Amino acid sequence: MANVTLRNVRKTYPGGFEAIKGVDFEVGDGQLCVLVGPSGCGKSTLLRMVAGLETISSGEIEIGGRVVNRVEPAERDIAMVFQNYALYPHMSVYNNMAYGLRNRGMKEPEIDSRVQEAARVLELGAMLERKPRQLSGGQRQRVAMGRAIVRQPKVFLFDEPLSNLDAKLRIAMRVEIRRLQRRLNTTSIYVTHDQLEAMTLADILVVMNGGLVEQIGSPLDIYQKPATTFVASFIGAPPMNLLPLPPEEIRLQFAGDSRAGAEAGILGIRPEDLAISADIAPTGGMTLDITVDATERVGPETFVYGTRARSDAPAVSANPGDLPPGALIVRIPGSTAPDIGERVRVIAPRDKLHLFSADGRSRIGA
Amino acid sequence: MVEHRPWSDIIAYAILTLGVFIVAFPVYLALIASTHDAATVIGGNMPLSPGGHALENYYRAVFVGGARYSREPVGQMLMNSFISAAGIAIGKIFISILSAYAVVYFRFPFRKTAFWIIFVTLMLPVEVRIYPTYKVVADLHMLDTYAGLILPLIASATGTLLFRQFFMTVPEELLEASRIDGAGPFRFFKDTLLPLSVTTIAALFVIQFIYGWNQYLWPLLITTQDSMQTIVTGIKKMLTTTDELAEWQLAMATAVLAMLPPVAVVVFMQRLFVRGLVETEK
Repeated sequence: MANVTLRNVRKTYPGGFEAIKGVDFEVGDGQLCVLVGPSGCGKSTLLRMVAGLETISSGEIEIGGRVVNRVEPAERDIAMVFQNYALYPHMSVYNNMAYGLRNRGMKEPEIDSRVQEAARVLELGAMLERKPRQLSGGQRQRVAMGRAIVRQPKVFLFDEPLSNLDAKLRIAMRVEIRRLQRRLNTTSIYVTHDQLEAMTLADILVVMNGGLVEQIGSPLDIYQKPATTFVASFIGAPPMNLLPLPPEEIRLQFAGDSRAGAEAGILGIRPEDLAISADIAPTGGMTLDITVDATERVGPETFVYGTRARSDAPAVSANPGDLPPGALIVRIPGSTAPDIGERVRVIAPRDKLHLFSADGRSRIGA
Repeated sequence: MVEHRPWSDIIAYAILTLGVFIVAFPVYLALIASTHDAATVIGGNMPLSPGGHALENYYRAVFVGGARYSREPVGQMLMNSFISAAGIAIGKIFISILSAYAVVYFRFPFRKTAFWIIFVTLMLPVEVRIYPTYKVVADLHMLDTYAGLILPLIASATGTLLFRQFFMTVPEELLEASRIDGAGPFRFFKDTLLPLSVTTIAALFVIQFIYGWNQYLWPLLITTQDSMQTIVTGIKKMLTTTDELAEWQLAMATAVLAMLPPVAVVVFMQRLFVRGLVETEK
């Protein structure tokens, strides 16, 4: 049982590249903390620094009240689950799980009872004598988890453990990881680039970008109140619509609102907060006229892609892969949708409008 | 080429058969010659069917040696060849797997330099450095010893390169998982890397065993006693006679015997090869 604390942690590679530019956060005892961000944001590097697989250039990492900067990975009392599982291919499932315990000089009866217990929890009992290559992806994943839990470590570290699984299995394993973590009540840090995984697993969510923490908080807080346009577009699928607006339009829109200061420049609206309507929005709300470019019917809901009719100011692309400038996504329930090429009016109520500074680096108002 | 035309098949098989015939005929001839008596072989008209002296020839080759001049029997030479070939193969594997492990997994100053120095030795086979190597071996009193036959040949850049390439395909995560599992450098080597390298080791063993077995110049130089000579040099000496006829039938029997161990190694190790190719997964 342990807290994990990071204090102004930095990582600079010998070439001068700064991968982690000063990160602070704390994971409480028994909590599951998810590090999420696009590839190259430093989340895996940070996890590997906690594991001891990467050196720490400056700052401190504390596990269970002990600064571990110069402690070997094996001495940190952590266990790690790797993306490609990293099972020993020549060892049986049993030996894969027992190896770490044997290296620590544990007695065979104790090893056996721990491995059997883990196998029972993970339903691997019938496969203990098999080699990893004889297992399916999901089973390998469970062996990797088993190898972590037999150690009964202070901290679990997960490095994108589900990204090699197919979509269906990924959801099943996600639930299983959550259940297991709750049951063992072990402090965990989980790295993923999948925002859905991040939302569903996290007690605390840490959104990272470019070696810095963009926002820390509970998943719902982050979803409802993203601190930057980066977080706004990264968390949530489809991403939040971001519209840069000229100052006078903002002043007009937010008349009588304390948020409408001079620094405000970008308006954010979640796709599900927009509704197609014949009328204009009630006082303070936002009304936009769009031309429908495409629709995606996924069953329970439909995504409508449109371009603003009066697109004098293009929407902001915070990330590659985001919406093209000027485009807007509306998420409507059901499967009835306007035709392509049709002009529709969409509205959003005032309390669903997010306001960011023009550079996107800060949120204005609560 | 996935075409199926009868004519192209026939031509292909004809060429293949011709190739096999060209390669196999001398071997067949050696085998036949080893079953006739001296007079028939020397007579100039080599028969193409086996004669009746096989047992006698092989018995003499293995246990007695040539009749009129004292040579070691083949048994001892086979033993010498086997010890030095196996010693060279095992020694090369031992040295090169360790040096590759050091070069791939440890960050030490001049790591790259060390690797390139090993690499450069590819250009310095025994034939090039034969005088200094001879001098060193002689000064160490290793002439006419197994150590002298083996040690100068076991440094191997090819082996190091082969293992280096293999180690670089082993996922980094295995090393990291081992570190988290509390395995130090030696344990990681022994418990993970070595078992994964078995097929590479088998491949290298086959290649190097045959390399060691076929050594001619070096054994010829450093062995002076007949009791230490290898079979490859032995065959040559059997044919160098002063004023009498060479016993070709015995030389051929010896040659056939000399071929057997490398063939056995290839046949036996091939199973390991194939298993390795099928099961390779890291």
